[in-house]
Amino acid sequence: MSPHPASENSGIWKLIFGRLDWSAIPFHEPILIGTFLAVIVGGIAILGLITKYRLWGMLWRDWFTTVDHKRIGIMYMILGLIMFVRGFADAIMMRLQQAMAFNGSEGYLNAHHYDQIFTAHGVIMIFFVAMPMITGIMNYMVPLQIGARDVSFPFLNNFSFWMTTAGAVITMMSLFVGEFARTGWLAYPPLSGIAYSPGVGVDYYIWGLQVAGVGTLLSGVNLIATIVKMRAPGMTMMKLPIFVWTSLLSNVLIVAAFPVLTAVLALLSLDRYVGTAFFTNDMGGNPMMYVNLIWIWGHPEVYILILPLFGVFSEVTSTFSSKRLFGYSSMVYATVVIAILSYLVWLHHFFTMGSGASVNSFFGITTMVISIPTGAKLFNWLFTMYRGRIRFELPMMWTVAFMLTFVLGGMTGVLLAVPPADFVLHNSLFLIAHFHNVIIGGVLFGLFAAINYWWPKAFGFKLDKTWGVRSFWLWVVGFWVAFMPLYILGLMGVTRRMRVFDDPSLQIWFQIAALGAFMIAGGIACMFIQFAVSIINRDKLRDTTGDPWDGRTLEWSTSSPPPDYNFAFTPVIHDGDAWADMKKRGYQRPTSGYRPIHMPSNTGTGVILGGLSVAFAVGMIWYIWWLAGLSFVGILAVTIGHTFNYKRDFHIPQDVVERTESERTRQLAMQG
Amino acid sequence: MASTATVDAAFLDKDGRPLFHLAEEPHHPEGSSTMLGFWMYLMSDCLIFACLFATYAVLGGNYAAGPGPHDLFDLPLVALNTAMLLFSSITYGFAMLAMEKNRVAATQAWLAITGLFGLAFLGIELYEFAHLIHEGATPMRSGFLSAFFALVGTHGLHVTFGIVWLVTLMAQVAKKGLIPANQRRLMCLSMFWHFLDVVWIGVFTFVYLMGMLR
Repeated sequence: MSPHPASENSGIWKLIFGRLDWSAIPFHEPILIGTFLAVIVGGIAILGLITKYRLWGMLWRDWFTTVDHKRIGIMYMILGLIMFVRGFADAIMMRLQQAMAFNGSEGYLNAHHYDQIFTAHGVIMIFFVAMPMITGIMNYMVPLQIGARDVSFPFLNNFSFWMTTAGAVITMMSLFVGEFARTGWLAYPPLSGIAYSPGVGVDYYIWGLQVAGVGTLLSGVNLIATIVKMRAPGMTMMKLPIFVWTSLLSNVLIVAAFPVLTAVLALLSLDRYVGTAFFTNDMGGNPMMYVNLIWIWGHPEVYILILPLFGVFSEVTSTFSSKRLFGYSSMVYATVVIAILSYLVWLHHFFTMGSGASVNSFFGITTMVISIPTGAKLFNWLFTMYRGRIRFELPMMWTVAFMLTFVLGGMTGVLLAVPPADFVLHNSLFLIAHFHNVIIGGVLFGLFAAINYWWPKAFGFKLDKTWGVRSFWLWVVGFWVAFMPLYILGLMGVTRRMRVFDDPSLQIWFQIAALGAFMIAGGIACMFIQFAVSIINRDKLRDTTGDPWDGRTLEWSTSSPPPDYNFAFTPVIHDGDAWADMKKRGYQRPTSGYRPIHMPSNTGTGVILGGLSVAFAVGMIWYIWWLAGLSFVGILAVTIGHTFNYKRDFHIPQDVVERTESERTRQLAMQG
Repeated sequence: MASTATVDAAFLDKDGRPLFHLAEEPHHPEGSSTMLGFWMYLMSDCLIFACLFATYAVLGGNYAAGPGPHDLFDLPLVALNTAMLLFSSITYGFAMLAMEKNRVAATQAWLAITGLFGLAFLGIELYEFAHLIHEGATPMRSGFLSAFFALVGTHGLHVTFGIVWLVTLMAQVAKKGLIPANQRRLMCLSMFWHFLDVVWIGVFTFVYLMGMLR
C-alpha cells in the first residue's frame, strides 16, 4: 500500500502514533487477513493452553531466563523451525505465482505483495532460519564437545538469543502492520532510499536486522572465547573435534563480518532518517559504496552458514563409518583457508557493474580458488567412508545426499565465477538455482543431519526412522525437481524476481519447479510428523546409554539429555576422538567422590532487553519518537542496573550431583 | 590460563595409567575470559570504524559544490580537542596505576579527571559541529559532510558512552571498592578508552590533517 499521508491526521495523533494509523492494517489483502486471523486464533489457543496447564512459571524459570547453553540452543532451534515455516510459505507462494502468471494471467499476487514476499523469503531464510539454527547447534554442542560446563559468558548467551528473537518479532510484525521491504533481501539503494521506498518496509528490514545483529555478534564473541578458554585439560587445538574447529572459524567470520553490516545499515538509516548523502544519486553520494560494503559482509556470511555444517558432515561421516576422520589436519587447514578466502571474493556478486577486466579477473580467480579447499574436504569425506563400516542411519543419508547435491552447486558456482559467463548469467534464475543448490544442499541438509544426529543427545530418545526416511526422499527428490528447471530457465535468460511472463513456452518449467516445491512441502510435513511420532513413541525410542550411535566425541560420554552441569567431573583428553579413545582403553565411569559444582545463575535481563529493543524498533519504524526515546533510556537503565548485580553464580550441592549421577549409574546397569 | 605444565602431570595416575577425569575441579579464575572477549568486541568495533574511514575515503572528495575541508576545519581548535583526549588517556593510565596499588580515593580522583577531560573533548566537538551546521555545512549538504559527520560523530558517541560507563564504574567502586570484579571492569573501560584515543589519532590525521592538504 502507499504510505498513508500522515498530514491528514491531527497533530496529537501524530505525536502519539507517529505515522501509524488504520491504513497500516492490510484489510484489502485477503491472504494476509486470513493468515492474521489464523495466527491470532492459534496464538490464543497456545496461550490458553499454557495458562490452563499453569506452565508460565516453568517457562519463565526454566527457559526464558535460563543461561544453560543447552536450553538456549533448543530455543534457537525452535525459533529457526517456526521461522522456517514462514520462509517456506513465502517460497511456495512465489512458485505458485510464477507457475500461474502466463498467457495474460496476472497470477494471484499483486506486485506490491509479491515484491515483499521475495524480500521476506530471503531475509527470513538467512537471518532467522539458517542463522538461529546453526547458532543453536553450536550453542548446544560446542561446550559439550570441549568438556565445558557452559559458555564463557552465560548471561550474554541468553541476551543474544533474545535479541535474535526480537529481530524475528520485528520482521514478522511487518506482515500484519504496515509492509515489508520490496527491495530484495539486500535492499540496494537508491531503491531502498527514502525517495523510492518512502514506506515503513525498509525500516522494518533495517531494525529487524540491526537488533538481531547485536545478538549474532555477541554470540560469536561468546563462542570464540568459550573455545579458546574453556577446553578440557589435554585438548590442544589440534585435538579439537572438527565441528568445534569449523564453529570456531564460523564465529571468527561472524565477529569480522557483522560489524560491516551494522555500519552499512546504519549509514542507510542516516540517509533515510536524517537525509544524508551516502548512497544517493545526487549530492555526492555513491550507491556502489553500499553494494561493496554489504557484500563484504554478505559473502563471508554464506561461509558463516556452511562451515559449521561442514563440521557436522565430518562428525557424521566419521561416526557412521566407525572410523577416525580421514585427513583431520588437512580438514582444519582447508577450513582456515576457506575462512580467509571468503573475504577476498565479494566483488563476484557484481561483476557486471563496471569494475573493469583486471579487477573482475582477480575476484574471479579468488572465487575459483575456494573450490580447492572445498574439494579437499569432499575427498576427505569420501576417504573416511572408504573401507568404513558405513551405517546408513538418517544423519548419514543426509550426508550422502549433501555430497551429491553440493558438488553440483559448487560446480555451477565455479561457472558463475568466470566473469564473461557471469555477464550472461548475472541475476538470472541460474544464479537462484546455484545458491539454493548450495544452501539447501549444504546448510539445510546439514541441519537435518545434525538434528537427526544430536536429537537423542538433547532429548534422550532417537527420532523415528520411517518418517525420517519419507521426509528425506521427498526433500531430496523435491529439491532436484524444484531447482533443475531454474538452471535451464536461467540458461535461457530468464531473470530473477519476475512476477508475470510473456513467453508461454517457459511455463512448463515453472510448473515442474512448483511440483518440486510441493514435494518439499511434503518433506517438511513428514519432518514435523517425525518429531510428533517420535515424541509420542519416546519410550520405545528411548536411549539410556547416552551413546546411541557409538559416537567418538565427548558429548556422547555423558547422559542424554546431559545434566545441567554437563559432566560430573572435568574430563581429561588424550586423543582427538576423545570418547572413542576412552571406550577403547576401557574407561570406567567414576561413581563416587563428587564435589559441588559451580554454575551461573538465571536472569530475566535478556528477555527484558529484547522486549525493550522491539519497542525501540517500533518507535523508530513508525516515527513514534517518544516510544523510541523512552525504550532507549529503558535499555540503558536496565543494562546499567544489571551491572550492579554481582551475585551471578551458585553451587549445585554435592548431594544433588550424587543423586543425578547414581540415577545414571542405575540406568546404565539396567542396560546391562 | 592455568599453566599447562601442572595440568600435564595430572594426566596420568600414580601407576602411570592415563587419567580420564580430574578428581578436583580445575581452577577457572572468575572472569578469565573477559579480557579476551572484550578484545574481540573492540576489534569488531574497530571494523565499524574501518567502514566509516573507508566511506570517508570514497566520499571525502564529493563536495557537491559545497564547502570543503579548507573552508571548514579549524586546526588549532582540533589540536586543542586532540590534547583533551590524549590527556584523558594519560589520566586514565594514572587511575589504573592507583588501582594497582589498591588506592580507592586516588583511583576515583583520576577517573573523575579523566571524565572531565572527556567532557571537555565532547564540548569542543559539539561546539565545532554547531559552528559547522550554523555555517550551512550540515550532514545533508554533501557526501563529504555526510561521511565527516558519521565518522567523527560515531567517535563522539563512543566517548559519550565511555563517560556514562565511567560514571557507572565510579559508583560501583564507591559501593564495593576495588574488588576483582570492579578491577576487571576498569581494565575493560581502560582498553575501550585507549582504543578511542587510537581511533581519534586516525581521525585527526586522516580527516583533519590530510583534509587540509587536499
